[in-house]
Amino acid sequence: MRVSLFITCLGDSYFPRAGIAAVKVLERLGCAVDFPAGQTCCGQPMHNNGFAPEARALAARMIRIFAASEHIVTVSGSCASMVREHYPAILADSPDAAAARALAEKTFEFGEFLVNVLKVDLAALGVRWTGRATYHYSCHLRGIGVTTETPRLLRQIEGLELTPLENPEQCCGFGGTFSTKYDQISAAMARDKAAAIRASGAGTVVSSEPGCTMNIAGACRRAGHAVDFKSLPEIIAEGMGLLEPGPPRAGEARP
Amino acid sequence: MTTDSEAASPLDVELPFDLRPRAAKAVRDIQLQQFIGAATIGKDRGRRAAFADTFGDRYDSLRTLAGSIKQHTLDHLDRYLEEFIDNAIAAGVHVHYAVDADAANAICLEIAHRNGCRLCVKSKSMVTEETRLVPALEAAGIETIETDLGEFIIQLDHDAPSHIVTPMIHKDRTSVGRAFTRELGVPYTDDPARLAEIAREHLRGKYRAADLGISGANFLIARTGSIVLCTNEGNGRFCTSAPRIHIAFAGIEKLIPAMDHLPVLLKVLARSSTAQPLTCYTHIITGPRRPDEHDGPEQLHLILLDNGRTDLLREPTRELLRCIRCGACLNACPVYRKIGGHSYGSVYSGPIGAAITPHLLGPANYPDLPHASSLCGACFEACPVKIDLPRQLIQLRKLMVEQRISGSWERAAFRLWAWSLRRAWTYRTASSIQRIALRLLAALDGTPGRGDPYSSRGWLSRGPGMLSRWTRERDFPTPTRRCFRAWWRDHRGGPA
Repeated sequence: MRVSLFITCLGDSYFPRAGIAAVKVLERLGCAVDFPAGQTCCGQPMHNNGFAPEARALAARMIRIFAASEHIVTVSGSCASMVREHYPAILADSPDAAAARALAEKTFEFGEFLVNVLKVDLAALGVRWTGRATYHYSCHLRGIGVTTETPRLLRQIEGLELTPLENPEQCCGFGGTFSTKYDQISAAMARDKAAAIRASGAGTVVSSEPGCTMNIAGACRRAGHAVDFKSLPEIIAEGMGLLEPGPPRAGEARP
Repeated sequence: MTTDSEAASPLDVELPFDLRPRAAKAVRDIQLQQFIGAATIGKDRGRRAAFADTFGDRYDSLRTLAGSIKQHTLDHLDRYLEEFIDNAIAAGVHVHYAVDADAANAICLEIAHRNGCRLCVKSKSMVTEETRLVPALEAAGIETIETDLGEFIIQLDHDAPSHIVTPMIHKDRTSVGRAFTRELGVPYTDDPARLAEIAREHLRGKYRAADLGISGANFLIARTGSIVLCTNEGNGRFCTSAPRIHIAFAGIEKLIPAMDHLPVLLKVLARSSTAQPLTCYTHIITGPRRPDEHDGPEQLHLILLDNGRTDLLREPTRELLRCIRCGACLNACPVYRKIGGHSYGSVYSGPIGAAITPHLLGPANYPDLPHASSLCGACFEACPVKIDLPRQLIQLRKLMVEQRISGSWERAAFRLWAWSLRRAWTYRTASSIQRIALRLLAALDGTPGRGDPYSSRGWLSRGPGMLSRWTRERDFPTPTRRCFRAWWRDHRGGPA
């Protein structure tokens, strides 16, 4: 099966290890992974802020870059929702309408792709990762109806103790430019999420959403709560022995 | 936030409205955070449970059905309005049409004067908040008493509702006790049962003496000309049956075609707003008192209010008129939970308020509302008539860019950003500059981020430019030393 990785702009610069892990896991699962070099950003910041022509141009560009791809897998649920939910709508009256729908149909978030396309059972593959983790639920994954896939995969991993997070469905407050335009509201929301993480007692937060991770990890760090943030592909890659278990990174306490 | 003074109403705002100072105050108000947080999260859970208990997996089909009933009515509003007016008149209702808030209040005052009304009992109605009817009645010398318990307390405190359904969500019982002592001259108590009793005794006398009753309307039924009113305290029934004149206010979007459609909407309204299977009282009022009846008003007037609604009928905003004012989107909204209703600076708060207020009162007057949302989608998921609120907020943001309400600096920055993303080389260059600059700043800040090049990062506690807002209360992570694309080039070959 051929898979093209869509790393996303935040993933590329801020969370390369998630992309590396995704490539290694997909290859181990028998996929031929490629990386279309021209990819940049899905255009969600422009779309969300009302810059419609700019968003449409970037959507049309994404369609061209991934035209030859069989499946597109991304490490961000938010960017997946942009392609899946919004591209068909914003390009509905353009010559790219059919291509937008086709792109939407072949684009998947990593965990969703493993469960629904590859139909992977991590327990049968002997994936083992020791530690107590909680899962940060991403609002935009909920928007495209992907709510159970990641927890299901995490429960299949031997040694991983999944502890629940209070109010899992409550937004962490990132919201793209919202985080700086309305920083006091955004930071208050992030603090609530950080407090819930502390209360969960987990040492690791599984968060596959680059934007959320930056926000929540930043709030945890400011609060002096040392906790590790890892994406789902990193947990699985470590559990398959494809990546060395990483040191606590994103949430390490202030020196 | 709990004011005991005769301060100006939270709705008296300077335009253009700046949301930030109120929001900043609200997020630091520990008491407010506790009241609103506990109440909204509780109501949101209750709503989910109430739907799950009765409808299980069919919840989504129920929302689709409820939404399609409202959408169908709006798609044929001309026809249903005419049908409703004909049938209401046939049932003996005096139907009035008000183009805006002032016109609606003027019609109401004219009816009151013509009939010599001096004392008015009023049930809860958001549309009369929208027209700011009570101050208009009071100014005309008509004593007006809010009879919904929450609204009664709000009125005593010279406050304004901060939630569509739960107007005093931002208050606790001690502030109610203080208001009762100050305004009603009763000994202080904060026992809820005793407070309800005091209010009840006070209101009973008013019902008996009132010559004017004012209500809103939850639904208008075209085929029968009926007004449907949903309440929980029975006050609505008093207001609409005891006084000799009843004036109902309703937005033109309240129509539904026929009685057959009412059960669907009653089911979603009660569950969405208060997690009840049905409100305690559901009144279906068809005309004034008939000759053979004992109760009911001599005259029943209905004021149909436009006030910008026909503008909303134009796409892409028509779906906003499906709203049944259940308040579920407020309860579900993480931003509302943090800032409360008064931070929105207008009658309608929360996601639905953010989406309709700029249309009704001008986007340039409320430039913050469309943007003060993380677009998390919780409102859309909670909406029982499936209004795509995030999409509507994005549409408003688009309108603000097109009308140049967004700042010129912001517009230039986004266009430059978008331009750089349309070419791989400009994207790579911009990413490199960002990486080098932020990592340098982090190194100066004491966290250079040494170690694994693909995961070790520095942290900023004081960011530059726009990031300084991020770092006021959070740290900001820098990019890792190397990006994914560099790894791909080194380990999987090929140009990247």
